[in-house]
Amino acid sequence: MNQINYVITAVFVLLAGMAGAQERPTIEIDISGGVIEPMPVAVPDFVAETNGARRLSGDIASVVMADLANTGLFREIPGTAYIAGVTNFNAQPVFSDWSVVNVQALVTGAVSTGNDGQLVVKFRLFDVFAQQQIGEGVQYTGTQDNWRRMAHKVADTIYTRITGESGYFDSRVVFVSETGSKNDRKKRLAVMDYDGANLQYLTDDSSIVLAPRFASNGRDVIYTSYESGLPQVFLLNMESGRRTQLLEDATNMATAPRFSPDGTKVVMSIIEGSNTDIYAVDLSTRQRTRLTNSSGIDTTPSYSPDGSQIVFASDRGGSQQLYVMSANGGEARRISAGGGSYGTPVWSPRGDMIAFTKIRAGRFHIGVMRVDGSRENLLTASFIDEAPTWSPNGRVLMFFRETAGANGAPQIYSVDLTGRNLKRVDTPSFASDPDWSGVLR
Amino acid sequence: MKMIKTGLMLATLLVLGACEGTGIFGNGGNVGAGQSPGRAIEESSLEYFATEIGDRVLFAVNEATIGDEAKRILDAQVAWLNKYPERTIVIEGHADEQGTREYNLALGARRAAAVRNYMVSAGLLETRLSIISYGKERPLEVCSSEICWSKNRRAVTVVAGGMGNV
Repeated sequence: MNQINYVITAVFVLLAGMAGAQERPTIEIDISGGVIEPMPVAVPDFVAETNGARRLSGDIASVVMADLANTGLFREIPGTAYIAGVTNFNAQPVFSDWSVVNVQALVTGAVSTGNDGQLVVKFRLFDVFAQQQIGEGVQYTGTQDNWRRMAHKVADTIYTRITGESGYFDSRVVFVSETGSKNDRKKRLAVMDYDGANLQYLTDDSSIVLAPRFASNGRDVIYTSYESGLPQVFLLNMESGRRTQLLEDATNMATAPRFSPDGTKVVMSIIEGSNTDIYAVDLSTRQRTRLTNSSGIDTTPSYSPDGSQIVFASDRGGSQQLYVMSANGGEARRISAGGGSYGTPVWSPRGDMIAFTKIRAGRFHIGVMRVDGSRENLLTASFIDEAPTWSPNGRVLMFFRETAGANGAPQIYSVDLTGRNLKRVDTPSFASDPDWSGVLR
Repeated sequence: MKMIKTGLMLATLLVLGACEGTGIFGNGGNVGAGQSPGRAIEESSLEYFATEIGDRVLFAVNEATIGDEAKRILDAQVAWLNKYPERTIVIEGHADEQGTREYNLALGARRAAAVRNYMVSAGLLETRLSIISYGKERPLEVCSSEICWSKNRRAVTVVAGGMGNV
């Protein structure tokens, strides 16, 4: 857990001797456009500048390459195709060695260990065809067990320089890990890096748990658990491991919690018999304020990034649809307009879109729409595709896909905002209900 | 379409069974699976409640309406509970897998509350019962078609309290 605390310092260093470094990229990818031909990229093993760094020089390059290839925007030119590797980080690359095997973007790097045990990772990015460096070299310093995070930071910087978008690789996902047969499923909370590495369990599997959500500080998680009998909302601090029930004296079932963007409140559903309404709970006083008052099921609230509005699902008009209201409650306006029913809306980190689950004619979809409900776009379709969560930069969604039948089980998938690049996220057991953190600090 | 037709036929058979007074909706559970035919079941036992009266009622898709068949079962449950006043019950609401988890949690609660409201209006003391929803977390049947979904859209009356939980 301590990982999150460690600060990785980034220094933009004017690594000497590199003439012609470009601030503006000479190669770029427009990721909002149509079909993209992935950019061929090579990330040869980083140069180990000390003996202690030798064991990580290949691993760091592999993580950087995997991050870039995972986006679908880059294509790996494998090491077997290289004419030669990189042995001197400070020497100008032999561009012809790379252009002949069609590499367009070349990443070179070096890794060293200091006397204090700190790890130093440096990299440069080159446009092979223009024979130019793109941007300045960057150096990261951190503890050795944070080498993956440093690799993700390298990849984030490269992604940003080429796409113009902020990166998302140095991030984590909290989710529900599942084992056992379909009629005897065991669930527990777990957290992992966005790529499935560094998995840690946060609870045991003795109670049903649902839908964990990060606070913006990346340390607190809020979720639903049956551990006290009825489903209730619990807070978990990942550093101390301390777990508390949000409303100690609750007699009604509570579910679907999310933090407000400033972390001072939780919005959630309280189930009073046949009626489910949305409440905001102040985290310092634990005072609750009722936000909806319909006789239907109002659930899965999600704040806009500025905290001023809430999108939620409600069946007040018959089928379940999406509504937007002020964060203080009051009148809600329906935004979903298509056929079928809608659930689990999530406001995008950019504030301009809502991701949701749509159920229509027995099929589940992950979709996105503008905040006003226009431009609905369904990205996926399967037996059950449910519960989207946004990447920190709002370009990718994770969700869970559950297969049909007696052996049906959920796994986490990711898909681009464009509907391309559908991929399963590797987890050791079944997995569902992902929530993607912001970029770690 | 073929799948749905088969499901409907089987559902019909279940209803016919119920009319004969033996195979009521509730005997789909685990209780009584190994009983020998003709053995007398003690009326005060949980086994009797589950197999002879029926411990569950079923619902239509996205509905929480108590139908006529369900009313007969709940009336019998209330009569039994009035005979054994030391018993308390928990009504568990469940949903099939055709909805999101969070919505189904609320839908299960709506079903459990519908059963509670019916039983209270039929004369059961409200203090003797409580409700909980499991949404789609605890399916009884695991296939992904209507024949299983129809059995998973249920409210189960779980009897506790008194008589040492026979």
